[in-house]
Amino acid sequence: MDGFIYFLIQSVNGLKLGSVYAIVAVGYSMVYGILRLINFAHGDIMTVGVYTILVLMTAFGVPLWVTVLLSVVIAIAVGLATERIAYRPLRTAGEEATLISSLAVSIFMQNLIMMIFSPQRRAFHLPEYLSRLHTIGFIKLSTMNIITFAAVFIILIVLSLVIKKTRIGMAMRACSDNLNASKLMGININAVIVTAFAIGSGLAALSGLMLAGEYKTIDPLMGFVPGLKAFCAAVLGGIGSLSGAVLGGFILGIAEMLFAGLMPTDFTAYRDAFVFVLLILVLLVRPYGILGSKEGGRS
Amino acid sequence: MRLRDSNLFRFIIFVLIPLIVIIICGFSSGSYYAGLVNLFGINVILVASLNLVNGFSGMFSMGHAAFMAIGAYAAAILTLPANQKLISMPGLPEWLIYMRLPYPVALIIGGILAAFVALLIGFPVLRFKGHYLSVATIGLIVIVRAVLDNEDELTNGARGVTGLPNYASTWTIFGAAVICLFILYRLIRSSYGRGLTAMRDDYVAAQTIGINLTTKKISAFCISAFMAGVAGGLWGHMQSVISGKFFYIDASFKIVETSIIGGMSSLSGAVVGSLLMTFIPELLAPLETGIEVFGIRLPELYGASNLIMAALLIVIIIFRRQGIMGYSEIITESLFSAKTYSSVLKKSEYKKLCDIVAHKIKELSSRVKSKGA
Repeated sequence: MDGFIYFLIQSVNGLKLGSVYAIVAVGYSMVYGILRLINFAHGDIMTVGVYTILVLMTAFGVPLWVTVLLSVVIAIAVGLATERIAYRPLRTAGEEATLISSLAVSIFMQNLIMMIFSPQRRAFHLPEYLSRLHTIGFIKLSTMNIITFAAVFIILIVLSLVIKKTRIGMAMRACSDNLNASKLMGININAVIVTAFAIGSGLAALSGLMLAGEYKTIDPLMGFVPGLKAFCAAVLGGIGSLSGAVLGGFILGIAEMLFAGLMPTDFTAYRDAFVFVLLILVLLVRPYGILGSKEGGRS
Repeated sequence: MRLRDSNLFRFIIFVLIPLIVIIICGFSSGSYYAGLVNLFGINVILVASLNLVNGFSGMFSMGHAAFMAIGAYAAAILTLPANQKLISMPGLPEWLIYMRLPYPVALIIGGILAAFVALLIGFPVLRFKGHYLSVATIGLIVIVRAVLDNEDELTNGARGVTGLPNYASTWTIFGAAVICLFILYRLIRSSYGRGLTAMRDDYVAAQTIGINLTTKKISAFCISAFMAGVAGGLWGHMQSVISGKFFYIDASFKIVETSIIGGMSSLSGAVVGSLLMTFIPELLAPLETGIEVFGIRLPELYGASNLIMAALLIVIIIFRRQGIMGYSEIITESLFSAKTYSSVLKKSEYKKLCDIVAHKIKELSSRVKSKGA
């Protein structure tokens, strides 16, 4: 029985982690769906958001909700700036050029943050009212975890509605189907791409807060690997599909926590490695992900 | 008439001068600059082999550091004396502990292991379009790092393996570099290589003329990984210390950066890129510890050199996407063609070079004059 409870606890921990992955993966998937760009800098935008929160909170003592709002705004600004400077000039140059460019942006941002804030790890504490633990049966959840869960579903529902019902959503679907044809049909593809980057960057900043709250330390390289894992989650669920990204995020989070919790302690250090092994295995069996179709359409 | 049309000029620039530098470094081993030149040689192997995948076949791998690590550890295990292995790697099977192979054989076995891992990762990933390979290869780096850091019994964990014998002399490194360049040069000029570029330029057209994309992709990826493994073996024995942290994502990015700056679709680009990327960071290094500019002391700018390189990369990818060398193969062509070498013996070549130089000087002086007037 103890074993079963342990299993459940680990699953819940997996859900916590998974909800963070899910939020990042949604943003990743939107950008990838339209531009076919593996945006390596996505995770680093998350780092930018977290550092903004840290500076505003510790240096100026601004209340958390204001800092979160500001960090989202700054992350969106950074995301749009990178799009304008590093990706837009390469729009016609093919996937490879933008991929390289995103890699360079990622290195640039990591080193800029290192230069400004030093490469040392820093402590990051959420205010007491967010880190307070609630005990439900044998499961412990902080207020932050509950907010994160709720956020995932709100984001999923809102974004799905936006994509299904609004004009810009329709334009996004068209662009992810065929960018060139959409352009010919008179869709303002720049507006679509900017929207996708804005949504992705804003979500990245939010998830950065959640990740930092969970790990309690931050460093300039903290965003890179979670960013990649989010891409894995998006691929796992079926890239280009929003519900797929959320599903992939949860599956990845649960799988990672179960692996860390149930394997002998010798293996727990292989958590990160396990995620990528899982990605390779999934690509072997189901290359277009769980909910994805061969064309990579949005569902 | 341009200078580069003269075979003798090519001989002097691309063969004679490098040879002199290599010979000087070969006899002054242990000096700091000789070490840098050796590093340049290893970078040439790494970047040229990466170009086979990223530039010539249109895939995008970022996993070279992982293959380096595999090659470096394999070469270390095969060349370290048994008593050293008993201390740092007691978990190895007995036959491996007592096995010592000559260095070149160890290098090749390291390369073969790396190629085998490339096959394992390439098979599931390379069947698809798109750049899943780049994420999967970064994943491979994470996986390899996790294994190296945690299998204490086999790899001495995060402490790494120390005291590797100093077998990687300047001669070995540049011998290997020239062999690798030669193999790659012949390869991309063969029907196999033309198939790769056809696949890069238009995969549908390539398929219709009977090129098997998957085989081509996987084989090119494995050849590239083999050379990266060899380069890793050389690197380890040059540094005499290896551990997981030297073969992580940042190391891999540096190789990719070098490849793009030099020109992905050119082996000569690998040489030029390695030259720049080995020596420019040396010039920028003082920035990280703080320097004085015009009497103002700059603070320590940690990460400044990486920052500048990343900015340079963005500028290059926007304004000169094909890299510095573009599609030119001038260096490898001069290195591996008999014409360059026979030009030393021909009187007419000397005359031609003199003519060109005289012409250039005349042109230059007339330009200076016209500006003065």
